[in-house]
Amino acid sequence: MNALEVKNLSLEFLMYDGGFARRYLRVISNLNITARAGEMLAVAGSSGSGKSLLVHAILGILPKNARVEGGMTWFGEPLTPALQKKLRGREMAFVPQSVTYLDPLMRVGRQVSRDKAVVGGLFDRYHLDAAVARQFPHELSGGMTRRVLISAALAGKPRLVIADEPTPGLSPHLAEHAMKHFRELADAGAAVLLITHDLELAVRFADEIAVFYAGTTVETAKASDFTDENRLRHPYSRALWRAMPQNGFKPTVGVQPYAGNLPDGCLYAPRCDMRSPECGQKIPPPRAVRGGEVSCYNAR
Amino acid sequence: MKKLNRRTAAAIIAAAILAVILAIYIGGALLPAAAIDADFSQKGLPPSPGHIFGTDFLGRDMFVRTIKGLSLSLTVGAVASAISAVIALAVGLTAALGRGIVDHAVNWFIDVFMSVPHTVLIILISVALSRGAAGMLIGVAVTHWVSLARIIRGEVLQIRSAQYIAAARGFGKSRLWIARRHVLPHLLPQFFVGLILLFPHAIMHESGLTFLGFGLPPERPAIGIILAESMRYISSGAIWLAIFPGVSLVILVLLIDKLGSLVRYLLEPREAQM
Amino acid sequence: MQDRIDVSKAARGAGMLEAREIVFAYGRGRDILKGFNMSVKAGERVALVGPSGCGKSTLAQILAGMLRPKSGEVTIDGKPLPKKGFRPVQLIYQHPEKAVNPRLKLGKTLTEASSPDDALLAALGIEKAWMDRYPAELSGGELQRFCIARALAPETRFIIADEVSTMLDVITQAQIWELLCDVVSARGLGLIAVTHSAALAERVSERIITFDDKNSPPIK
Repeated sequence: MNALEVKNLSLEFLMYDGGFARRYLRVISNLNITARAGEMLAVAGSSGSGKSLLVHAILGILPKNARVEGGMTWFGEPLTPALQKKLRGREMAFVPQSVTYLDPLMRVGRQVSRDKAVVGGLFDRYHLDAAVARQFPHELSGGMTRRVLISAALAGKPRLVIADEPTPGLSPHLAEHAMKHFRELADAGAAVLLITHDLELAVRFADEIAVFYAGTTVETAKASDFTDENRLRHPYSRALWRAMPQNGFKPTVGVQPYAGNLPDGCLYAPRCDMRSPECGQKIPPPRAVRGGEVSCYNAR
Repeated sequence: MKKLNRRTAAAIIAAAILAVILAIYIGGALLPAAAIDADFSQKGLPPSPGHIFGTDFLGRDMFVRTIKGLSLSLTVGAVASAISAVIALAVGLTAALGRGIVDHAVNWFIDVFMSVPHTVLIILISVALSRGAAGMLIGVAVTHWVSLARIIRGEVLQIRSAQYIAAARGFGKSRLWIARRHVLPHLLPQFFVGLILLFPHAIMHESGLTFLGFGLPPERPAIGIILAESMRYISSGAIWLAIFPGVSLVILVLLIDKLGSLVRYLLEPREAQM
Repeated sequence: MQDRIDVSKAARGAGMLEAREIVFAYGRGRDILKGFNMSVKAGERVALVGPSGCGKSTLAQILAGMLRPKSGEVTIDGKPLPKKGFRPVQLIYQHPEKAVNPRLKLGKTLTEASSPDDALLAALGIEKAWMDRYPAELSGGELQRFCIARALAPETRFIIADEVSTMLDVITQAQIWELLCDVVSARGLGLIAVTHSAALAERVSERIITFDDKNSPPIK
């Protein structure tokens, strides 16, 4: 079942240019993802690829100068601002990256839920001592904080859990633990959307991976496809694979274009070695190739 | 016509406010003293096209008096806030750069200072310096630096711990070089805005003090003097004597305050503006 | 690992960056480093690997001479690090956007330590047009190139790269390391790569020093 579907999403910000003129800057273009109940979808991309902005768009917490186009649906129903407000923090849960999201002056238990039984149950599940509920955020270790944040997100019995970069700064051991928690949530029936730039962890725990580049989805494929360069479809996914330290560490020339500097047509075309004339015309629409979805005219 | 965006509008309004303030200042300075000579034929007239603010009990035009008064207030305000801002800069920098005991001492001093009501302190200082313009100027100047000093201290502490400062030290750059290259450009806008926002406070205190009789001497054409005099005539129905100068003062103060917030907005990083 | 240096030789230890029995604690806190030893030769590439929070970054700052250890010493050519003036051990940071002044055009930032020549800029892939831009207008990978160029002054002898690619995507990471390794070997500088990633350390260094546990720094 499709919990969340994002179709052809575009996002622009009204910004000031040098002097007094202002214009719209496009930061997300033609973006597509589908988060299914019971599955974990990892969104992988570098900073500036639009990952975090997508999360803000889904939760409906974009700043006022943002302009959104395209459709988002929640279990088939249009995801309107009113619906977002209703779901946020309840059926749609957000696990933030850091401690700064906890109120430093409030005991941890109350921040997870007002209902003591709920807190007890969640703490049990995440191996947190009952005494932790009476502590303040600064008394927690990094790993405990992470588990508290997850508990707080789950108190509302969410159907979609969005985790924003849950692993940077954690030791490999703790990162693995955090990923296991999210895996369990998916296995228990929730849709999990994992935002990450750690492709390696995504490959190990997610069902599907969507690769973002300069604010658009270039490829969505089964996580297992990312273990072999030849099973990947988009030239950018392949370049990512080749650049990983364990797979050759080979850089590809060029940089990701940023908002205000986007090329016409396919956003990856300027760096692509498979480019053909049509690539410069229009952003390629997603199409099915070998069981995955790729936005490229030349992928086979 | 295309609707102006916020940034453009802010710049235009700021320029307009600045023009009004300058006009008042220059107008007040250029108007000959003779313009407010007594003219008993025009005594106690209510507002009319000839005397839009009316005239007082000596037949002096209230509009001219008001402009002259505001002009004087601006001069006093400028000098007082400039002195205040310099004190703030010195204290803020001392606290931030001294750290440790010096910082604690300065903070303690600031706290003590803030616990004493401004007005009382200004009156004391002014009286101790035998009233008059100088006493009041010093009184206002030495009581207004506190909040700006705090801002400067915080700002400097924050910049000091920046990585690019650590990097510059690693390149063997001197403290002076780092201060000029890295600290000052961050500090100047803050300082500048703080200076503008000190202005209305200083003016209000100057007028208040003069009104109470502790400030400028009665022969100066100050707003505080005008208001104090006018109080005597309010009961006789000549309310224009108090209302027009009073409202003008309030408007001037609000304009400067607005100018301060507009300048702050314009100096903000562009990303923060919509 | 052959990190124990004969003291008589160390006195002459030319071309060596050495840390001996480094103990460090913040304020009155517990010791983060308890008698740490290491040495790097000019032209050598060493990786320091350990999870975040293990004291690697603190050690990096001590090696660069930005923090003073509670006891122990860091020497270069057998002499203590200079206290004033240009630091021959230059640190490159994890967050390039914090390591440059946001209010200065990058051209100014670049020339803060020295005036890098065109060949170096070309090698680092720094475009002339970037000089007139402000940091907010460039990406992390582009800014990191500036930080590297800035650190490569003529007096620089060793480079410590503290998680310099952690915030970058894998392609930019590979780009940055390729050019950093090239430049360092062309100039015969010593490189210390501080990272949490064993795979990355494997790729960029000739020798790996592991921080296995928070409280017991290595050297076996």
